[in-house]
Amino acid sequence: MRVALFVPCYIDQFYPQVAIATLGLLERLGVDVTYPVNQTCCGQPMANAGFEHTTKETNELFISNFHDSDFIVSPSGSCVLHVKHHLHSHTNEAVASNIRKKVFELTEFLTDVLQVKTIKSRFPYVVGLHQSCHGQRGLMLSQMSEIVGPAFSKTESLLNMVDGLKLVALDRKDECCGFGGTFCVTEEAVSVKMGFDRVLDHSSHGVEYITGNDMSCLMHLEGILRRQKSLIKVAHVAEILNATA
Amino acid sequence: METSENIRDHAQRSTAFNQDEQRVNWHDKTLWFIREKRDKAAWQIPEWEMLREQASQIKGNVLTNLQRYLLQFEHCMLENGIQVHWAATPEEHNSIVYDIIRKKDVKQIVKSKSMLTEECHLNEYLEAHGVDVVDTDLGERIVQLANEPPSHIVLPCIHWKKEEIGELFHKHLGTPKGNADPQFLTSAARAHLRQRFMTSRVAITGVNFAVAETGEIVVCTNEGNADLGVQLADVHIACMGIEKIIPQRKHLGIFLRLLARSATGQPITTYSSHFKKPRPGQEMHVVLVDNGRSERLKSDDFRNALKCIRCGACMNTCPVYRRSGGHSYHYAIAGPIGSILAPGLDMKKYADLPFASTLCGSCSNVCPVKIDIHDQLYKWRQVLVKNGHVHPGKSFGMKGMATILSNPKIFKWSGTLGRTLMKFLPFLISNRLNPWYKHREMPQPPPQSFSAWYRQNRKQDGK
Repeated sequence: MRVALFVPCYIDQFYPQVAIATLGLLERLGVDVTYPVNQTCCGQPMANAGFEHTTKETNELFISNFHDSDFIVSPSGSCVLHVKHHLHSHTNEAVASNIRKKVFELTEFLTDVLQVKTIKSRFPYVVGLHQSCHGQRGLMLSQMSEIVGPAFSKTESLLNMVDGLKLVALDRKDECCGFGGTFCVTEEAVSVKMGFDRVLDHSSHGVEYITGNDMSCLMHLEGILRRQKSLIKVAHVAEILNATA
Repeated sequence: METSENIRDHAQRSTAFNQDEQRVNWHDKTLWFIREKRDKAAWQIPEWEMLREQASQIKGNVLTNLQRYLLQFEHCMLENGIQVHWAATPEEHNSIVYDIIRKKDVKQIVKSKSMLTEECHLNEYLEAHGVDVVDTDLGERIVQLANEPPSHIVLPCIHWKKEEIGELFHKHLGTPKGNADPQFLTSAARAHLRQRFMTSRVAITGVNFAVAETGEIVVCTNEGNADLGVQLADVHIACMGIEKIIPQRKHLGIFLRLLARSATGQPITTYSSHFKKPRPGQEMHVVLVDNGRSERLKSDDFRNALKCIRCGACMNTCPVYRRSGGHSYHYAIAGPIGSILAPGLDMKKYADLPFASTLCGSCSNVCPVKIDIHDQLYKWRQVLVKNGHVHPGKSFGMKGMATILSNPKIFKWSGTLGRTLMKFLPFLISNRLNPWYKHREMPQPPPQSFSAWYRQNRKQDGK
């Protein structure tokens, strides 16, 4: 099984520890992982801003980097959702279509493909899970509060395997944090207010860490936490699942 | 309640709304409470998701066969003795309604809730022609007294606190100053409205569902104001968009179960009133309005927005709507559904609305007819940009970013990665002019990128 690691551009540049943890975790689970070094970005920042027509070249680049792997795994629900929904090719749509089927968000890959039942990791903290919308409602990583159906959460199931970790229940378990790509600057007032409210839900439940499947949401929440001089930290779910201290 | 002329787009209006954080908190909690009521009501129906699917498919069938159903509906209405009018535009709609009123030589009318008449700006039109309109839905009456448009399609005055309503009633209805008791204020409104009900010879209503096989219309209210208006008037005018059709009466069993639960968490509205024919001596008119709907029908991407049954659930659940208020959308229908309907009518004027969303998808999940609202928001963004309704600076930045990101040599090996991204992702620029930095710290740049780390530690595996 050849697994290619897809690292979102902003994780590459600002949160390398998340990619390192993802790589380490997959390697610890015995997966043969490669990192195609010519990868850049899935094109989502442009597409969500209305510029999908400018992403033809990033799409072709993505395809040339990832076409020959069995699975593509990424520590981001949002970027994976974008690839699943919007990756197309003018020269080889069959390959693009194949890639759309084999790209997985990390917790989805661990749950559905590797079918991980135990994880050796330790993270002795009180943790709140921020359900990022694209992973949750787009990739259906967990039951959504709007939908009448049986409860499940791929991310929570994995976090519950971690030694010492205490997961809290939030008042609003899947409310958006307000990051939203360029929304975070074009609609600054609402974006920040949404972020304040998410942070308050976590802090009022006594969390020490906010975790999630998307570093973009956590970057937004971390920006608010640090401005508020809060003691609460953020950690990507890969960092927690790979924590062995 | 800011409607200042110099505040134009959603971002500016919502910034103004957010000046009063306590008010935003109150607005958010009030609407979230309704969202939670909706959840509780939905969870009591084990087949809820199946009902949504059925409703969506029935509406899909209606949209595919709309012409046939409309002709059937018209035929049945005429047989029932209803006078039928067709209007292509809001102007035609307004003049049809005014003509009916004028022929009766009436100067005062009552109107129960109708989002279509809001869409057509009927009140303003009639008032300009000397007809005094009283909205009889309590929430609508409140915003009418305040000279404002509704901020929500089901809860028109949800942005008003009861103390403010007490003040408004003191000013307009002469209630005692400082009395904000909801029961008392409702009684005062009731007494005030009763006098108008008794004297109005023309009553206008909206239409929730129009049954093609019977030629009847169904109007859902909680206050019974539609019934009272129609039963006391000589003339009933019902105004509807052409998409309000359902094929058969039995389909009401699906839609009535979904509508009130989605809207307010009630099992059903207090009144579901069926109007099928004028009573002896009464006239009944139905005005069917297109206003861009048949154009919308042609679009595979946006047709499904016409399935909307106006429950407002997408507004209650929308984290942006709850924190920006209905007026920030500057269109008769606010929130996520308004943001996909409005640009179809005027792309330039409403170019901001599809961007007033994080694409979180909660709207699509609560929608009782399963409209893919957030996907349509995404698709509208593409249409708006292609049609040039975008700031030139943003266009330049996005195209520059696309170029950089499609060239791994520049992106990876130039050694200026951080600076490259910072140049094109506006929220990564660290200065006071950057909106990110107003209330958020910047991410702390690490000593090396992941790709640099990988080359040092794992490069033998790389390609």
